[in-house]
Amino acid sequence: MSSTEQKTDGQPRIGVYVCHCGINIALKVDITDLIEFAKGLPNVTVAREYKFMCSDPGQELIQKDIKELGINRVVVASCSPLMHEPTFRRATAKGGINQFFFQMANIREHVSWVTSDRGDATKKAKALVAGAVRRVAYHTPLERSKVPVNANVLVVGGGISGIQAALTMADSGKRVYLVEREPTIGGYMAKFDKTFPTLDCAACILTPKMSSVRAHPNITLWSYSEVVGVDGYVGNFKVKVKRKPRYIKEELCVGCNQCVEACIFKEPKFADEFNFGLSKRKPIYMPFPQATPSVVLIDPDTCIFFKTGKCKQTCIKACERNAVDFDQKEKIEEIDVGAIVLATGFKPFDAARIPQYGYKKYPNVYSSLEIERLVNASGPTGGEIIMRDGKKPKSVGIVHCVGSRDEKTNRYCSRVCCMYSLKLAHLVHERTHAEVYNFYIDMRTPGKGYEEFYDKLMQEGVHFVRGRVAEIRDWPMTAEEVGKLVIRVEDTLIGVVRRIPVDMVILSVGLEAHADAEDVRRIFNISCSHEGWFLERHPKLAPVSTFTDGIFIAGACQGPKDIPDCVAQAGAAASEAMALIDKGFVELEPNTAYIQETICSGCKTCIPMCPYNAIRYIEDKKIAQINATLCKGCGTCVAACPSAAAQQNLFTDEQIFEEIEGVLNYV
Amino acid sequence: MNYIYYPGCSLKGTGRAYEESFLAIAGALGLAIEELNDWNCCGATTYMGIDEKKAFAMAARNLALSEEQAPDDKPVNFLALCSACYLVHLKAQTMMDENPNLKATIIGALANAQLSYQGRVKIRHPLDVLVNDAGIDKIKSLVVKPLKGLKVACHYGCLVVRPYATFDDQNNPTSMDRLIQALGAETIEWPLKTRCCGGTLMGTIPDVGSRLNYILLKEAKRRGADVVATACPLCQFNLECFQNQISSLYGEPIHLPVAYFSQLMGISYGISNRQLGMQRLFVPLQPSLAV
Amino acid sequence: MHEQWQRQIKYEEELDPTFGQRTAEMAHGEQLFSCIQCGTCSGTCPVAIYMDYTPRRVIAMVRAGLKKEVLNSRTIWLCASCYSCTVECPKKVRITDVMYALKRQAIQENVHPKRFPVSVMAREFYKLVSKNGRNSEGLLIFSLYSKTNPLQFLKYSTMGLRLLLQGRMNFKKESIQAKKGSKGDLQAILKALDNVK
Repeated sequence: MSSTEQKTDGQPRIGVYVCHCGINIALKVDITDLIEFAKGLPNVTVAREYKFMCSDPGQELIQKDIKELGINRVVVASCSPLMHEPTFRRATAKGGINQFFFQMANIREHVSWVTSDRGDATKKAKALVAGAVRRVAYHTPLERSKVPVNANVLVVGGGISGIQAALTMADSGKRVYLVEREPTIGGYMAKFDKTFPTLDCAACILTPKMSSVRAHPNITLWSYSEVVGVDGYVGNFKVKVKRKPRYIKEELCVGCNQCVEACIFKEPKFADEFNFGLSKRKPIYMPFPQATPSVVLIDPDTCIFFKTGKCKQTCIKACERNAVDFDQKEKIEEIDVGAIVLATGFKPFDAARIPQYGYKKYPNVYSSLEIERLVNASGPTGGEIIMRDGKKPKSVGIVHCVGSRDEKTNRYCSRVCCMYSLKLAHLVHERTHAEVYNFYIDMRTPGKGYEEFYDKLMQEGVHFVRGRVAEIRDWPMTAEEVGKLVIRVEDTLIGVVRRIPVDMVILSVGLEAHADAEDVRRIFNISCSHEGWFLERHPKLAPVSTFTDGIFIAGACQGPKDIPDCVAQAGAAASEAMALIDKGFVELEPNTAYIQETICSGCKTCIPMCPYNAIRYIEDKKIAQINATLCKGCGTCVAACPSAAAQQNLFTDEQIFEEIEGVLNYV
Repeated sequence: MNYIYYPGCSLKGTGRAYEESFLAIAGALGLAIEELNDWNCCGATTYMGIDEKKAFAMAARNLALSEEQAPDDKPVNFLALCSACYLVHLKAQTMMDENPNLKATIIGALANAQLSYQGRVKIRHPLDVLVNDAGIDKIKSLVVKPLKGLKVACHYGCLVVRPYATFDDQNNPTSMDRLIQALGAETIEWPLKTRCCGGTLMGTIPDVGSRLNYILLKEAKRRGADVVATACPLCQFNLECFQNQISSLYGEPIHLPVAYFSQLMGISYGISNRQLGMQRLFVPLQPSLAV
Repeated sequence: MHEQWQRQIKYEEELDPTFGQRTAEMAHGEQLFSCIQCGTCSGTCPVAIYMDYTPRRVIAMVRAGLKKEVLNSRTIWLCASCYSCTVECPKKVRITDVMYALKRQAIQENVHPKRFPVSVMAREFYKLVSKNGRNSEGLLIFSLYSKTNPLQFLKYSTMGLRLLLQGRMNFKKESIQAKKGSKGDLQAILKALDNVK
């Protein structure tokens, strides 16, 4: 108890305050009857009613009674604690007693809003008030603890979302660690040619940001690295990062590519991941021309030296800076951060899962991302649309909703495919003057300038067929179909089945959560939704925070979205992380559990039960001990403890049993 | 393993050669096959369009009888050669499993004929039995006359893989292809292997039926097939017996032998043509075999 | 000369608001209401090109309650039950079962064109099989052609003769053995279901 708090003689003097909440409660619950009833409960000194308890006059009622009548326990019968528990706790504290000498009875969400009969409602309200009154007599004074927050931040994922979040936080002076699994940052945006609806060149708008990240004094960029372990709690995370070996000394390499030129492989032979296998690379390679950091790496699975031990190692000779290091090992770094922003992005749907579309069966069926690379000036064909057979297409079919809106693959709509399909239609039409057909179910163009973009495409002469493509085959029924891929679809707007022969098919694949999203979420102790996306705290009001304090999510890892939304979310996550850090400390609810040392027998039943790893076994005392800052007050250990040594503040056995007795005995 | 063999109405009529050839090769492979006593029509795809419960009950009668005929409490292998009969029984069984009320009603009706249904029946297709039970190696081992140079278009039809694909891939089944390859023949790669032959439409609306079979025959021929192999008597009938009408309707001569896969097996095993019902084919196979 | 102008407008009172629900129940599933009208079913249906309303349109009409048009359509009889639509549907609508449910309703309400071969065949098949327990192919074809278009006999006489000679066809009546009242009596089973709704 603080010095400003009043002393009492130990006897509880309870004030009961019943709120009308306008007509929300008063219409269903007989307030007068309830007040009379409350007056008769044990230890009740005063019982009042008011139209809106949460208002200033309402709160003042409480404070006045505490000061003048020596009230030392407060019960407010009104709405849900989720609404106003903090309000009334503050009012109680302002009155001069410990704020935890307060208990709320929910007679709105739990009574007046869900009971039809007035008599039943009043009866139930009485029971809840009686329970609260009996309980509050056993409340003890508690304090919120304050824990300092580490000022560093970790951003996981170096796509546009991660980059934006990192830059925002670094600009405000925070120390940011940006960890990216691939050898370069940039994510999927770096692979696009143009972005919708403005047709901005993706690299032109992204690479300045990538350079800023590299150059920023407050950002430590760890590429080709992964987070492998997270311990601790909000404000005090201990993170282990695995730095994978490039076999190149990052600090020495300047990206001159002499080593790549000199490699004993005269011609590149291995599928280039950045171009989805449409071009080849050597075992030593620069991921793409604007890779950041601009450092090459060696792939041990294809490098002759790693596979056989015998190689002239011309790369070492060619490097003037002696940056090649075949002995480089994996390294584990440990850092302390106060907040984490996860921006790990998405994975494109594998179109081979829909055999009807012929992906990987017919060479001229492509996924949209492969086309992004073909259309890109620094891609495998220099920006020309050339098919695998070397020809340019005269007709192209773009199939929407591949792996989206489909019970057999993903039920949800992937949100960006209609727009990027329109963009690809425009780019392909522009480069090849081919007949372009877009096959769609619905045209989803909600953003700024999106509907106008759709109109532009229609004006350009792209054909739009409203119908989900049923099959893509190569059996011809007419002369025009010989040698082509035939798309069979119902043109639902005209109302007829059509067979449309095309040279090339582009499958607009949807977005999915990464294959290892489950594993990643476990490392950070957050949840995933049913489809595998990271779960936000509230779908409307808290889209960037998670149920784990201090861990924020941003970008496509939370759900499919386009670049404007990714950047917006990244800013939001950054600001919430910064708010946490700038506050400097975290206040923890005192409803934590504790072990009564004298009762604990050291049976260790509670320790593995704790979902937050908050309980330790003290070897020399042979008892369990709970770390109050990690404890979330879930009550599992309390329930599990065979000797009732584990108890929880605000939920002691006494308090709970009194509440039960109150509910059962007086009505 | 014992198989209770359900022929179905077509196998005693237009599809006689299927039964003859299958029993012949089954004998060669040592499969124990016993015809189901007093089997009734499965109702095919037609009966369900009139009265669904009765259709299921008819299928259930066969299943119940098969349980009787194969005592012990082991699962009964109910072998339906005709793909339509196979699917009808499988659908009845699956719908009853999904819908306990329906199952209770059917079982109640069966009781009126002193029959019971325990659900011990496993409904099998001959391709499943040959490829998975007997095995490709066993099938290969009996080949004395490899069908070298014979190009076969394997047509599975609809009902073997749709809507239930229990033993093969739904979009690209390969059991028949593997079986035919084991005989030394070549199978062609074609996207129409599960496309509909029209079923009864060939008889009721010949224009529509003809078109569907024209598409199949034309593409098989275009890809160089010498013969189309089928696993369903109705597919075989539709593909084979109307080739004159189809040719004149579309002004393109299309004559392609259409045989049951079991007949092709029998030929490679050296079994006599008579035993395989080869004389019942409309378009003779001999010229293709001479290749 | 006056032109006759057909007026095509649908008033709510002409629609049957329970048609969708009834059909869905008969077709074992409520997924019918999840249809997004994507057209995959029509796109994959091998006989959609011959239908008066494509399968997708039929689903829309069923949901809207256009009972008369749907039950009188050719579409439901053209369906060959190949199940392609059911397998491809992204909303798992059991379209083939919906077609069966519509066939059954059309039969129950006796709305289909007389002498239309598909429905005639269905009825003849039903009669033969219900009575005898087995189908007799020859007898079935005979009644089909007699009741729809006897000219077919001429058209297919050569084929018919060939089938006869090859032993692939006969005009015998096939039936099961089980007698009335004995074990396996099919009539008893079917009769029992007449009393069930």
